[in-house]
Amino acid sequence: MAELLQFISSGLTVGAIYALVALGFTLIYKASDIINFAQGEFVMLGGMTTVFVTLAGVPLPLAALIAVVSTTAIGVALHRFAIEPARGASPVALIMITIGASIFLRGVAQIVFDRRFHSLPPVFGADPIQFGGAAILPQSLVVLASATVIVTVLWLFIERTLLGKAVIATAANRLAARLIGIDTRRVVALSFAVSAAIGAIAGILITPIALTSYDAGTLLALKGFAAAMLGGIGSAPGAVVGGLLIGMMEAFAAGYISSNYKDAVAFLIILAVLLSIPQGLFGRAKVERV
Amino acid sequence: MLSVENVRSAYGRIEVLHGVTLHVDAGEIVTLIGANGAGKTTLMHAVSGVQPITGGTIRFEGRSIEQLPAHARVAAGISQVPEGRQVFDPLSVQDNLRLGAWSRRSRDLKADLARVLQLFPMLEAFWEKPAGTLSGGQQQMLAIGRALMAKPRLLLLDEPSMGLAPNLVDHVLAVVRSLKHEGLTILLVEQNAGAALAIADRAYVLETGRIALSGNAGDVHNDQRVREAYLGI
Repeated sequence: MAELLQFISSGLTVGAIYALVALGFTLIYKASDIINFAQGEFVMLGGMTTVFVTLAGVPLPLAALIAVVSTTAIGVALHRFAIEPARGASPVALIMITIGASIFLRGVAQIVFDRRFHSLPPVFGADPIQFGGAAILPQSLVVLASATVIVTVLWLFIERTLLGKAVIATAANRLAARLIGIDTRRVVALSFAVSAAIGAIAGILITPIALTSYDAGTLLALKGFAAAMLGGIGSAPGAVVGGLLIGMMEAFAAGYISSNYKDAVAFLIILAVLLSIPQGLFGRAKVERV
Repeated sequence: MLSVENVRSAYGRIEVLHGVTLHVDAGEIVTLIGANGAGKTTLMHAVSGVQPITGGTIRFEGRSIEQLPAHARVAAGISQVPEGRQVFDPLSVQDNLRLGAWSRRSRDLKADLARVLQLFPMLEAFWEKPAGTLSGGQQQMLAIGRALMAKPRLLLLDEPSMGLAPNLVDHVLAVVRSLKHEGLTILLVEQNAGAALAIADRAYVLETGRIALSGNAGDVHNDQRVREAYLGI
């Protein structure tokens, strides 16, 4: 029982991070049909920038803020200088651009930062809290609470503001959005900015638990992508549920089978989803209406 | 008010508008009739700026607009009700209408929303319902209402009667006529040529990307070729 509780708590913690990465994929996909494979680099940049800015003597909260702001700026720049000039290209070409951007960002991070692993001090110390026989890290609670706040704020923005509704309108029908005067390029730029910010926050939150390095984004992006696929690409609730499910399954696989196979879980899930439910848990099958 | 001169447009290498010239004067209803694939929707998209043109000029109120992005043309006073309605399915009727006023940056929309409800009272019952759950006729009314929320001076209507029950066609056309009396200028694309010619001042016939005929609606209506090809008389 204590074991089960332990796996659930660690599964939910990483799952919350996957959920945030998946939400980043979802936002950009909804606004532009692009799968942004540089999403993982946003996560890496959040963690690495915070590490190096704190090493320079800046207090942690300020360093985290700097990391989020600078990563957001990089997200906007990615759209402006890599995606926007290729406007009109097919989604596949745009996806390849994001893969190129991901490799580029990793390369730059390697030079600007370094090639070592780094950590950050946990916000509320490293002493585990005993709960039902399981040892829960305070940072896990910080991750879960922050993820909840981010998801709620994002939901309120989308559902309660006219700008949020303009995003939904753009996702639902881009032609009509343009015809009523929405500058859809700016909506896509906004989706890159918000996705980058969410990614950076996820990267800062996970670093005290999982360490970070210049290439930490790759695996996180693939797992976040698996989460988005499982939930149904384009569905925000699906991204959250998919992320938590993958985190839990990974934790169970690591606990009951072997931690060597932990990383395989996400890939098995991608295969299983593609073979059996390609539209995902919450996604709708694409129906072409004539 | 609107003058389209020698406009060409293509999808990839296939040119579909081979130099179209037409004009719409302030306060007029001008209809553009033609068969499927003649290029009517392409022309409407070109005027709204969602379809690139490869040649020619488009002027609105004396100003050349072919370089303006689509959203700036809405702000300049051109609104389009697209073919097939294209409402925002997941958003409520109210949100669809509010977004219609997006280009105006105005927060007080009460009077404008009330006016749309006055034109289309049946929308009120669906106020908070997702637009995707509405019937085709209700969606058409919503689409027209949404375009009016931008307070256009030129309204582009693309096939507003398509797929509607006959009594709804009459209702929509009556609304179009009343909008003209309020001073709105209208460019109306229709396959239902008889209905369009009945309310229009002037008409153009578009055939495979070229204007084949133009004139007063009455003259076009009496043209032998039009009667055979589009009116089935």
